[in-house]
Amino acid sequence: MQELEIVAPRRRRLVLPHGGALGGTLLSLVLLVLFNLVATPHFTSLQTLYVNLTQVTTIVIVAVGMTMVIATGGIDLSVGSLMAISGALAPLIFAGKLLGIGPGPLADGLAFVLPVLVAMGFGCFNGWLVARFRIQPIVATLVLFIAGRGIAQVMTNGNLQAFHNAAFHTLGLGRVLGVPIQVWLMATVVGIATWVIARTLYGRQLLAVGGNEAAARLAGLPVGRIKILVYAVSGLLSGIAGLIVIAINSSSDANLVGLGMELDAIAAVAVGGTALTGGRASIIGTLLGALIIQLLRYTLLSHGIPDAAALVVKAAVILVAVYIQQVRRAP
Amino acid sequence: MSISGTSLADTIAVGPSRHAALLQRQGVVVALVLLILFGAWRYDDFLGLYNVMSVLRYNSMFALVALGMGFVIMTGGIDLSVGATAALASVVSAGVSDVGLGAGLAAGIAAGLAIGLINGLAIAWARLPAFVTTLATMLAARGLALLISGNQSVSVSWETSFTDLGGGDFLGFPIPAWIAGIAFVLGAVLLNFTGFGRAVLAIGGNEEAARLMGLPVARTKVLVYGLTGALAGLAGVILAAQFGAGQPTEGQGWELFAIAAVVVGGTLLTGGMGSVGFTLAGAMLLGLIFNILNFENGKGDFTLSAYWQSVIRGAFLLLVVLLQNRLARRPS
Amino acid sequence: MGDEILLSMTGITKSFSGVMALKDAGLTVARGEVLGLIGQNGAGKSTLLKVLTGALARDRGTVRFEGAVVDFRTPQDAQAGGIAAIYQEINLVPLRSVAENIFLGREPRRWGLIDWRRMNSQAAQLLGQFDIRVDVRQPLNQFNTATQQMVAIARAIGQRSRLVVMDEPTSSLDDREVAVLFDVIRQLKARGIGVIFVSHRLDELYAVCDRVTVMRDGMTVADQPMASIGKLELVASMLGRSLEEVKQFGATAFHEDFAPRAAKVLEVAGLKSAPRVAAVDLDVREGEIVGLAGLLGSGRTETARAIFGIDRAQAGTIRFGGLQTGFRSAQDAIRAGIGFCSEDRKTEGIVPDMSVRDNLTLALLPQLTRHGVIDQIRQREIVDRLVKRLGIRLASADQKIRELSGGNQQKVLLARWLCMQPRLLILDEPTRGIDVAAKAEIQGLIRELARDGLGVLMISSELEELTEGCHRVRVLRDGRSVAAFDHEQATEHAIMNAMAHGPAEVSHAGA
Repeated sequence: MQELEIVAPRRRRLVLPHGGALGGTLLSLVLLVLFNLVATPHFTSLQTLYVNLTQVTTIVIVAVGMTMVIATGGIDLSVGSLMAISGALAPLIFAGKLLGIGPGPLADGLAFVLPVLVAMGFGCFNGWLVARFRIQPIVATLVLFIAGRGIAQVMTNGNLQAFHNAAFHTLGLGRVLGVPIQVWLMATVVGIATWVIARTLYGRQLLAVGGNEAAARLAGLPVGRIKILVYAVSGLLSGIAGLIVIAINSSSDANLVGLGMELDAIAAVAVGGTALTGGRASIIGTLLGALIIQLLRYTLLSHGIPDAAALVVKAAVILVAVYIQQVRRAP
Repeated sequence: MSISGTSLADTIAVGPSRHAALLQRQGVVVALVLLILFGAWRYDDFLGLYNVMSVLRYNSMFALVALGMGFVIMTGGIDLSVGATAALASVVSAGVSDVGLGAGLAAGIAAGLAIGLINGLAIAWARLPAFVTTLATMLAARGLALLISGNQSVSVSWETSFTDLGGGDFLGFPIPAWIAGIAFVLGAVLLNFTGFGRAVLAIGGNEEAARLMGLPVARTKVLVYGLTGALAGLAGVILAAQFGAGQPTEGQGWELFAIAAVVVGGTLLTGGMGSVGFTLAGAMLLGLIFNILNFENGKGDFTLSAYWQSVIRGAFLLLVVLLQNRLARRPS
Repeated sequence: MGDEILLSMTGITKSFSGVMALKDAGLTVARGEVLGLIGQNGAGKSTLLKVLTGALARDRGTVRFEGAVVDFRTPQDAQAGGIAAIYQEINLVPLRSVAENIFLGREPRRWGLIDWRRMNSQAAQLLGQFDIRVDVRQPLNQFNTATQQMVAIARAIGQRSRLVVMDEPTSSLDDREVAVLFDVIRQLKARGIGVIFVSHRLDELYAVCDRVTVMRDGMTVADQPMASIGKLELVASMLGRSLEEVKQFGATAFHEDFAPRAAKVLEVAGLKSAPRVAAVDLDVREGEIVGLAGLLGSGRTETARAIFGIDRAQAGTIRFGGLQTGFRSAQDAIRAGIGFCSEDRKTEGIVPDMSVRDNLTLALLPQLTRHGVIDQIRQREIVDRLVKRLGIRLASADQKIRELSGGNQQKVLLARWLCMQPRLLILDEPTRGIDVAAKAEIQGLIRELARDGLGVLMISSELEELTEGCHRVRVLRDGRSVAAFDHEQATEHAIMNAMAHGPAEVSHAGA
């Protein structure tokens, strides 16, 4: 009865998962670069490259976490607020205001580690709300979106903390092999996340939970733990991003650090071709998405178009990206 | 052949029981009453005319935004663009306020409506996800507001009666409160007594079914997002009139405040169920928390910085959501 | 029954991106006639009905309704024209009230506003015609599936539809509810309303239809009065086979080829798990297939879920492999050696966007992992072996599982548990919604697995599957074990009797 089996006709696609979507994103990026090579003066200088890369690192780092959260069918609105918390904590720690440990290597070390752990803890809290109480992720993370920045502001009394700290100075402006440290950091995060998604048990389970939670549960996957972990990772990465922002600025302003970051990160994910419905994750796509948005803004600015207009263009790019996704998915 | 007896006996409560659902929504009213009683007991001028009027005046625009958000959420959608839309509308209406009150009002609402319709068309016709679409139009509306205003606030004309929309009174009540009040009454009628309202809830409850039942799904969605945009535009007009200037950078986080108000008001974020009245209560509740913080600081027993308000709002949202969750899960 | 033609569809052709789904298909329905429409999954039934109701546009062909050529562009058009459709998954709005669901889109108005009082009373009246009396103000999700279906029919009647299309309306009803539905269909018939009735269950077609149209490969291959076609003939034309072939295919008799004294792998006594399971006893031996029968709502699925640790048991004992256990999660149960295939493949089985490979090894993955990293070589080996062993037809194991047919998806889900080498497999309706050929294959596979020593607990609504495919059958009623039959005792009559009447009547009948 072989011929009775009806197997849906299918086209052969690239072996690379999501190859098609990724190809489109990559193509857009290449076109954008080509345009700039022709039309933008000084585009080929290293300076330009670093300006663009340093501006995009924090977005990419946060967006990697966001991609993973979205792959489980969730969303994390609290990332910007968690950046503010981590950014507010670090200066308090290395200046000895919080722990009473005077300035020195120990305080510096703690200033790197503790804020990130705290942000991760808050991420766990998000995950706990989502996993334990089955609260919709938008609402669960809305709590810390609202309260988180408030916590950072309360800690610092809303004051700008300007500082001179050698360790943070290095994080903000230092280079290794001529490449900014933060770019190394970003590359590491992207590399690890890509590997986790592609090769590890956790990566598979993450996608399974996002693809069909009930099925994952019945197959014995620890759904709650998987979700808590993914929000924790998002919190951790937000914490790191918060430190980078204050390191670049040599100051921490709880009112501004990470403001609007949740939207930038989600935009990068969307432009990168990861479906917001869950079950899929393309880390490289997210990286490309963030690069496109950044390069677009740079292109417009360097051609004398104001930042405000860049926002409108960015909006159009996001819409076009999801529209293409939509058309591609329709049968 | 009758299955009436057994089908009633077999009735299985799949969702939250009716009582729990009722309690879940009325919880917001109870909390509101308790908060008002607390305020009246603790602060002398809390129920004073001045405070009541200024609370109403200041919170009207938030309530309008929450009203629109409520409708969108009932269809199972979401609109992140409302804050930026309000900012755009405030700039536009301030710009034409020298023509007069009517022109300012119309221009602001039209700007909001335009953004809303773009949302609606993209979501209903191009079938883009609401979250991303409105995220994009949020950026676009903000960009437009900044472009039109040249990155500055646009002062309104004081020659015309435009500022009455923010600061004026009518029959002893602030005009913004009248506007919001009328909008909520119309909204309640629209939701409960028209085919449009039923379609909104049906779409949120089961979009595919609504389509198969022959309801005009796309049209309803376009209208809902248009309505929400127009309400955000109206809020923007009031904003401009109240502050005497169009504010291109104002309205950040309004969308999330509105979502919080809607959720606190017991509307399911998944759509299909909701109430206009409780949304109003939710918005009032969140507004009052800020008001009470001010009073507490004024009283001087201890001082909470203004930054505490967002912490408390967040904690409050958490409380309500956890409570809703408990009630919804209680076996009937 | 008038002879007047109500609907005729002729020469309907439809293709999806080059693939022909309908080739010159057609059907006719007279006033007051119930037309049965059958065919295997993918034969084109749904596509034809979608063309009729305007959900899909046809490439060619003519639709005549009440004598006039019609061209419905949307379901709304079709409804306005007098054709209502009731779908497999009930397409109503669960959170809205019964009355709203009946009247959505055409609510009674007064001064332009909805007249709730009139709407509620009219809704109650409509349902009353079918002897269904419920509080129409309650949300629809407070009622069982059968009642919800009646609401859908009342909606169609309320719209003065002249033709009602029912796409597998009985798939989630129990026998008693089916009987009520059939009564309603006869009432529709008496009013001169035409009905198109789609079902996979042959007995139902014979019970209620006047005529039957058979589809295969997008074509109409038979159209006869129900009384003039035999079951085998019907199946034969569905499959496109000669009668002899079908007889052979249906004749896979069940041989009792296991040692009846094998060790018990599962023993359940006095199991209670609120709200559906009150007191269930059952046991499964190694190499044995135990059928679990009962009406919908009798607690079959819930029993399985309690054993598997997804639902909490409040009382009773579960012994697995001789040891008393109480699994607190699916993970516990899986670790102990149990697999569970849910009845709902789509929502609780497959992860649609994942590859067949990852779907198949979803439960096994932790064992294929070293330091968190998946051993892809071993994964590949295991998948290839099982794909071959189970005869899963696919282009590549990297293919997304949602691209496979229902039968092949089910095989992948079986394989998901087989690779865990379980001692007990719980199957909830393993052949529901699967075409006849794949069904037989899966049933054969289950027997083979049992022969190799696996214990199987199989929930099924199909009497044939229970009487012919199981060593023993347990019957549940209202959350209690009410009867147990050996293979020889397990006749369709005995099982139905126990499902319907419970122990009292059984003992009476036995006495």
